[in-house]
Amino acid sequence: MYYIINLAMKKIIITFLISIILTSNVSAGTDGENDLSKNSKTVKDCFESLNRGSFALNQGLDKVILKPVARAYRGLPSPVRTGTSNALTNLSSLITIPNNVLQGEFKTAGINTGRFAINTTIGILGIFNVADKMNFPEYEKEDYGQTLGVWGVGTGCYLVLPVLGPSTVRDTAGSFINVLGGDPWYNASTHGNNEFLDESDYILTKTLTAVDFRANNLETIENLEKNSMDFYASVKSLYLQNRQRKIMNTNATIEVIYRGNEGDWEEIENQ
Amino acid sequence: MSAKKVLTTISSLIIFFSCVGNAHSIEPDVFVQSTVNRAAKTLSGNLSKNERIEKLKEIAKETVDIRGIGLYSLGAYRNDLNDDQKKKYEKAFEHYFLKSFSSRLAEYSNPEIEVVSKKKINKNYTMVNSLLVATESRPAVKIDWRVYTKNPENLLIRDLIIEGLSLARTQKEEFASIINSNDGDIDALLKNLNNFSNK
Repeated sequence: MYYIINLAMKKIIITFLISIILTSNVSAGTDGENDLSKNSKTVKDCFESLNRGSFALNQGLDKVILKPVARAYRGLPSPVRTGTSNALTNLSSLITIPNNVLQGEFKTAGINTGRFAINTTIGILGIFNVADKMNFPEYEKEDYGQTLGVWGVGTGCYLVLPVLGPSTVRDTAGSFINVLGGDPWYNASTHGNNEFLDESDYILTKTLTAVDFRANNLETIENLEKNSMDFYASVKSLYLQNRQRKIMNTNATIEVIYRGNEGDWEEIENQ
Repeated sequence: MSAKKVLTTISSLIIFFSCVGNAHSIEPDVFVQSTVNRAAKTLSGNLSKNERIEKLKEIAKETVDIRGIGLYSLGAYRNDLNDDQKKKYEKAFEHYFLKSFSSRLAEYSNPEIEVVSKKKINKNYTMVNSLLVATESRPAVKIDWRVYTKNPENLLIRDLIIEGLSLARTQKEEFASIINSNDGDIDALLKNLNNFSNK
């Protein structure tokens, strides 16, 4: 009992410390102004040399491991890939639902709970997307990094994490919340104390998520790399745009895409 | 000639000339669909890769505002250019853009794009929403087209937004990164553009 209380206290203290660090980052870095009101140019690349080093390492790992595995995965029959992808998306609901609640999106939380219940039972562990056939609204993944963004926490510096890829200080903190009790799937598989699941199941699902993403984007990434003069800068731009769009919870509206950039289009009218 | 006949003739002439005037104006969604169809026809035809690339370049020159995108991509740096640099930049950017655009597209064979809707942003721009239809190997992709409508008789594409990610903005941030990592030297960007085009 004492151990559990101690562990819970430890988690609360770590979460509190992360919140303090991020909140002070907002005040110092943005004069207290919500980061979303500015464009992605304000995201500083404070550790660029280090980031470029990690980026090169990740490219090497991608070339040797992830890309060949993704190609092999692509060779599997389409229903197998679709089923895997569906099951992984269904599992991600376990993080999405608490984040819907934390962002005050109670209706969406209810819909996603219904979707999860139907797909897990009738859809056999999410392999079949039955909810989709029942015309449920389009599913949007949420995570703790996005919730911190919605709460007005600043992005912090841009980071490239070895193996894990592009991130920011805020998104990295969000990922820590997963392993501090925020991800029910992590809790059940790693600390669940049951005979059906263990840590390897969690690692397997995370690995499969990465392989599935890579397999879906083989040509796109190859094309982008081939046609970029600075591939690192292109990936950084795309990552930050994508996060900005997700935090705004909108589907590519013009206000989000050109936030802070619209003036550029107006300016070139006169040149 | 009676007054009635004169009025009818004048009205007919007004209608005729207004129709002639609008003969080449085209709705942005129709413009995008026809551009896509032209590109798809090129990609699915029995052409060699080089022939495809040349044909795609022609389509791009007619339908994309290459100069406008080039100036946008420079961001605030465009104000620092002298006339000579501006001329050199516009030339280098056009070569870079056409090579990048055509080689990106040349990889695809018979892409099926359906225009879904359009939304007027302001008097100069309309966003056309479309969907790249899913295939066995990849899911469907949402593609939005920012169409410059200032001259209704000569519509031009200024940006592609793929799944919410703007290609023009990505390019602008890439260019800024190159200039910044060369201490603000725009000539370094010119050198990179020329190297890319000569690859």
